[in-house]
Amino acid sequence: MELHLLTILLWAPLTAIILSLAVHRARIAEYATVLAAIIDLLVSIPLLRGTLRGSLVLLHGYCLIDTLGAWVVVCISVVYTLASIYAVGYMRLLDEQERLPLFYALFSGFAFTMLAACVMNNVGVFWITIELTTLISTFLVGFEQEAESTEAAWKYIVVVSGGISLALLGTVLFYWGGSFVLGPSYAMTWAALRSSAPKVYPPLLLVSFLLVLVGYGTKAGLAPMHTWLPDAHSESPAPVSAMLSGALLNASMLGIARFLGVVSGTSITRFAHSAVVGFGIFSFVLAALFIVRQNGIKRLMAYSSVEHIGVQALGLGFAGPLGIAGALYHMLNHSLNKSLMFFGAGNAMRAYQTKEISKIRRVLNTFPVSGTLWLLGALGIAGAPPFALFVSEFTILRAGIAGRFRWVAIVFVVVLIIVFIGFLAHFRAMYFDEELQSTERPLTLSGSGWRTVPMWLAFLPLLVLGLWWPHGLWQIFNKVFLDMGGAQ
Amino acid sequence: MFLAHINALQASIFSSLAIVSLLLTFVMLGSHWLKNYVYAFAAQSWLIAALSASVGYFTGYRELYAIAALTALFRGLVLPMLLMRIVSRLNVKREIHAVLQPASSLVIGAFAVMFAFVIANHMNLQPPPAAHVVVLALTIMLSMKFLGFLMLAVRDEAISQILGLLVLENGIFLGSQILVPGMPLLIEIVILFDLLIVVACFGMLVRFLVIHAGTTSSRALNRLVG
Repeated sequence: MELHLLTILLWAPLTAIILSLAVHRARIAEYATVLAAIIDLLVSIPLLRGTLRGSLVLLHGYCLIDTLGAWVVVCISVVYTLASIYAVGYMRLLDEQERLPLFYALFSGFAFTMLAACVMNNVGVFWITIELTTLISTFLVGFEQEAESTEAAWKYIVVVSGGISLALLGTVLFYWGGSFVLGPSYAMTWAALRSSAPKVYPPLLLVSFLLVLVGYGTKAGLAPMHTWLPDAHSESPAPVSAMLSGALLNASMLGIARFLGVVSGTSITRFAHSAVVGFGIFSFVLAALFIVRQNGIKRLMAYSSVEHIGVQALGLGFAGPLGIAGALYHMLNHSLNKSLMFFGAGNAMRAYQTKEISKIRRVLNTFPVSGTLWLLGALGIAGAPPFALFVSEFTILRAGIAGRFRWVAIVFVVVLIIVFIGFLAHFRAMYFDEELQSTERPLTLSGSGWRTVPMWLAFLPLLVLGLWWPHGLWQIFNKVFLDMGGAQ
Repeated sequence: MFLAHINALQASIFSSLAIVSLLLTFVMLGSHWLKNYVYAFAAQSWLIAALSASVGYFTGYRELYAIAALTALFRGLVLPMLLMRIVSRLNVKREIHAVLQPASSLVIGAFAVMFAFVIANHMNLQPPPAAHVVVLALTIMLSMKFLGFLMLAVRDEAISQILGLLVLENGIFLGSQILVPGMPLLIEIVILFDLLIVVACFGMLVRFLVIHAGTTSSRALNRLVG
């Protein structure tokens, strides 16, 4: 059963790639991508439910379907679906009909590598899939072929490849440490690393963990390794920004979470959690400062991603059932909310022909419906109730107050208020400030249905999840908590 | 664990190959000329291939011969040729605006190696004679990381940055041959393959940069800040 679901999950985007490239017609590529994304979303949910009965190792030990991986698969599929629907409406505006099939092939390829990363059982192959996401998404970031997007793509590939090579070094050192326990040659699975970790010489384990933390942290956009993120997120087409922010960061956080699981129950567990909390709070504070004085609309969203990835890191670092639950819930909520925000930003950018917040005014006059959704989404992402991010941030805060990181939790609350004010001040200006006199009228865009539907699809679950935390999710989060080493 | 009963001959072969590779990184760090970087990189790759072959010979892991052949072919021939083509097409012969003069980057590099040695020394639990080789391998792994990042930081030309990344990878490659020769082959092949793609991507990006920004120096990449 699970094997079939896994096959469908991975073959759907592959089929979309083949169709896009073989038929080479923009319309077919669009619909194939949307269809593949919806299939993935439908498949990912039974896959997640199945893992509650226990983790499965498939395909000669190369694939591992566990609750943590399946949860990230769900988050990625959600963003893939929303972004592919939005892409249909958005990419037609770019006037690049010829290159659209290539775009959709890369888009599905990007989704495929991320989904594959979540089910990899071999630590080395996991690293390779993460590296492949970089290679594919570089072309998506530079898709518009302007000077700025080329610059962003260049920074992206150099910084991220450099960072991720640290993760490879860490992986090799983990393997070396394990070879003292398991013999010189063994299958490099998560379970093998985990079983050997308590017997590895602690300084070696510590260096290995820090290397993978910095490596995957670069890819996840944790400060101070986040420098590529605002550029790449702001210069790529809006659906790609949503994928980078809502899906890719989660896939990289998965790496950090899995390695936290590997070192749980060893002598460095406490230090490992502190290191993750340290990166988390630093990202959070730094992003808050950049949010307050930001003039690029998509850069604002990008720094908000750094902030929220920091929040997830805090949740993982605080640990305990509440911390893990909060971090994982935050992952889904952030995926939904950030997609909504990038979609709104894409609309505004196209209509006002600018990326600068100071030139976008009176959004509601231009976009009565999607503008309202965007504004509500902004409230949500700033952490206001009744939206889902409030619930997950509150859970993480409770985990922090209860544990040994009380001071970090206090800083977290204070900075959260700064972010709230800073973020919403920009939106107040865009929505309610006087119209600028010199600028020409905003354009009326075609295809608004394709661009508004995914915003509704992101907004409604966000509201529902904010008001009601389904009991089934608790079971999932608790299972992940136990899989990651429980209360050790 | 074959390092536990390593003999003097093996230890000296491994050490000399590893140390010469490290010296070649310093050649890259101390030169202004792009051609020298590429030659040094090619020579380093051949040394790593020789190391793989000798580790394969002493440990009996037959797949290391295949890795040696692939390393020599891809990193020793194909990659340097691709890079040379880019260099000659770009018409840039040397770094013009290095942030640091070669002499000062050499000094910083030397300190980086010392720092790497200190960390490596702390990570080792093996008794001698294995300790000598283990600490050396760890030192070279870490110091080639530091030197690679140093090259990325102080050099502007796109080619130098590509080579900086390749040095980052070479360090891991070199150390892992000595420390974990039994690590599954799969990884190495894909890394080689991966690198080839990386360079292809870079070739394309370099072209974009020339077209759109008019230069291959990352110094001109200053539109996106804040």
